[in-house]
Amino acid sequence: MTHQDNSPEERLPEAGKPGKPPKLADPFADPGLPPHQPRRQDIDERAAKRSEHVVARLFATAVIAAFGFIASYVLIPKEKVVFIFPVGHVSAQNFALGGTLGIALLCIGVGAIHWARTLMSDVEHVSERHPIEAPPQVRQQVFADFQQGAADSAIGRRKVLRNALLGALTIVPLSAIVLFRDLGPLPEKKLFHTVWSSGKRLINMSDDRPLRPEDILVGSLTFAQPEGVHESDADFQVVMAKAALMIVRLIPTEIKDKQSADWGHQGILAYSKICTHVGCPISLYEQQTHHVLCPCHQSTFDLADGGRVIFGPAGHPLPQLRIAVDSQGYLAAQGDFDKPVGPGFWERSA
Amino acid sequence: MSTHSSAEGASADRNRQPNPGERIADWADGRLGIYSLAKSNLRKIFPDHWSFMLGEICLYTFVIIILTGVYLTLFFTPSMNEVVYHGTYTPLNNIRMSEAYKTTLDISFDVRAGLLMRQVHHWAAIVFVAAMFVHMMRVLFTGAFRKPREVNWLFGFLLLFLGQFDGFMGYSLPDDLLSGTGIRFLEGAVLSVPIVGSYLTMFAYGGQFPGTVIIPRLFTVHILLIPGIMAGLVVAHLILVFYHKHTQFAGPGRTEKNVIGMPLMPVYMAKAGGFFFVVFGALALISAIAQVNPIWAYGPYRSDQVTTDAQPDWYMGFSEGLIRIMPGWEIHFLGHTLELGVFIPLVVFILVLVAIAVYPFVESWVTADKREHHLLDRPRNAPVRTALATAWLALYLILLLGGGNDLVATHFQLSINAITWIVRIGFFVLPVIVFVATKRICLGLQRRDRDKVLHGRETGVIKRLPHGEFIEVHERLPQERIYELTAHDQLQPLELPPAEDRTGIPRKVPFSEKLRAKLSSVYFGEHSQVPKPTAEELEESTSQHH
Repeated sequence: MTHQDNSPEERLPEAGKPGKPPKLADPFADPGLPPHQPRRQDIDERAAKRSEHVVARLFATAVIAAFGFIASYVLIPKEKVVFIFPVGHVSAQNFALGGTLGIALLCIGVGAIHWARTLMSDVEHVSERHPIEAPPQVRQQVFADFQQGAADSAIGRRKVLRNALLGALTIVPLSAIVLFRDLGPLPEKKLFHTVWSSGKRLINMSDDRPLRPEDILVGSLTFAQPEGVHESDADFQVVMAKAALMIVRLIPTEIKDKQSADWGHQGILAYSKICTHVGCPISLYEQQTHHVLCPCHQSTFDLADGGRVIFGPAGHPLPQLRIAVDSQGYLAAQGDFDKPVGPGFWERSA
Repeated sequence: MSTHSSAEGASADRNRQPNPGERIADWADGRLGIYSLAKSNLRKIFPDHWSFMLGEICLYTFVIIILTGVYLTLFFTPSMNEVVYHGTYTPLNNIRMSEAYKTTLDISFDVRAGLLMRQVHHWAAIVFVAAMFVHMMRVLFTGAFRKPREVNWLFGFLLLFLGQFDGFMGYSLPDDLLSGTGIRFLEGAVLSVPIVGSYLTMFAYGGQFPGTVIIPRLFTVHILLIPGIMAGLVVAHLILVFYHKHTQFAGPGRTEKNVIGMPLMPVYMAKAGGFFFVVFGALALISAIAQVNPIWAYGPYRSDQVTTDAQPDWYMGFSEGLIRIMPGWEIHFLGHTLELGVFIPLVVFILVLVAIAVYPFVESWVTADKREHHLLDRPRNAPVRTALATAWLALYLILLLGGGNDLVATHFQLSINAITWIVRIGFFVLPVIVFVATKRICLGLQRRDRDKVLHGRETGVIKRLPHGEFIEVHERLPQERIYELTAHDQLQPLELPPAEDRTGIPRKVPFSEKLRAKLSSVYFGEHSQVPKPTAEELEESTSQHH
């Protein structure tokens, strides 16, 4: 290993090789495609046989797995749940069907790829590319054809015809636009109102009973819907998409906003549950800070301060519903929300 | 008999009795001309590189999505009619829900293999978009989008864009509490569009949210309109791949003028065909063990309820990030509201995607390069492109992080406000940092390549010279490696014509030309590439090394 350390030439990059590298005209020239290296399977018939067996076994396993799939479909009851480590409790049928189907398909795929990689010829072929662009004669021919066609049609000469056609082709498709008018009604004032109106009681959503002030504890969060709205109503979803209320009770002295306190009753405040960002129903209430957080985009509102936005992407406060106690001691609305609930839109004023 | 003899007469060389396979092929050729088609394609050459299979994953998941999707339509009713559930999944008994939700429960609990098909469909959609994204990044980073492939880049971009939207619509169809919230988000987003927002939502939802038509309408778009367009684009994309032939990395024998690889029949039929089964099989196994979108756990949609951890599928995550980090800007004027807090994210969402779609055209304008390119760039050899692409990725990823700010906060016990602020700042700062860092890394790698070519490979053999100095023996790279490291071409910055023409009159150079020259020097100036070693340098370093 230790050669004599003499001439600096020995430390040339090509040290170790006898002689100097061939002096090429261009030292960076493409050396060309290297000769094909045979694989083990190309020269050793026993290795090739082994590969053949592996592939054949994979295909056979696919057949067995397919039978397993059919058996699982027929035999495993659909409600059976099994514990599979480390996946957990899963539907036995889904696990068996997916497992057998997966194995069957993987075996076919892996078998085919193994066949290609070990037994099919891996000699690389060269295919020449040809420019995409057409040769100049073809280009000229096409242009000439086009001009001939244009001349034959007289579209350039008969301008009236051309303009009339363009006009027709522009105007007639416009008629398709009217087709879409009946997709839905015009907005009119729909987004400005909810079903809340003066005297409508607040119904507790958990027991369907009208709420009394004494039902609401300080620190609690209650969801309410308007009186006369039922889950089975055809328009229930549309009504509740705007009318859903969230009711909190704060110690009156903690309410920072004077108007907000006046619109409530003894610290009971009724806010729209619909986030003013993009309309998710808000549901995460932090009792001690009086903050509510929208779970969709984390807009945070301070219910002690008139529903003001204190963090997140919402652009305006949560609208508050003015409430009072009616003659029978129930909480009731004093009118609709004074502002549209939910996300902002063009026609909304402030 | 007579037809047989006439067929024989038609081709003199077919004098022996054709076997049944040949007869079928002859029949088809006489009507479809398949022989001319097969002549150039049966032994079509495909180069071998692992990254070329990313596109295959896209194609196969698309096929799998269609197969499983058709199966699901056999059992799914896209209706918002309300029914009361009495069925196999007892926790939801007596609960009101739409027929869409009920039939999705039935598919999951009553149709045998229904849950499997649902999960394969959903997992395949997740993998489909991910594969398109990674495939697109491969094309972007290697410069495979250059002439003549710009149009195919656009087809691919449209597929990604449509794929994302179709995925969003697909997971909205079951009308569960999570996806219904997504549809509601869409309403809020459309409402923010100036002037026409409220009209658009009324038309889309057939009235006020949620109405009763949005699910059936999304269904038609999801299963017919968008997949139809996508199928057309997929076919066009593949035709162009065949027509342009594959790109390849430079290597011994591999040049701009050829493709080197193995033939479609049999090698790539087996490899690519087999890979379809591998992808399908992997998705089936995943669906056997990994639950996706358990709509029974979320419950049916109610417009006054919401689930926590509300997250879209991953590919909508970056738009979610945009919407979450945007400050709640609102402008009020003349009795109107401009809801910028929602509208700006909507616009930026489009712009982020458009930026990537138009990049090939920007680069081709800056380089003024009109040549065809079939050899791929190693990312380091196009530092500015690589840095831009990485900066875009950084932007995408920080928005993805922003889209999951609540999950990050709860899992890592961090302040959600702090995370949101980090994303807000990162949105502007991170791409710049990443751009600078990536460009430097690329230049460093170029320098290393240059050193390797000039000084050879470190052999690890230490020698002691007579006067006591220790040196490491370097070995000249094999010629193939030298070729690979020097095969790329290096463009020079464009130069503006002299300020005065030959007669001494000041030349008017349009602003666009000046801008182009400036950008060109950003791309190819001395700070953006390390010159390749020249023959003289190599000669010099070999003759008087160390």
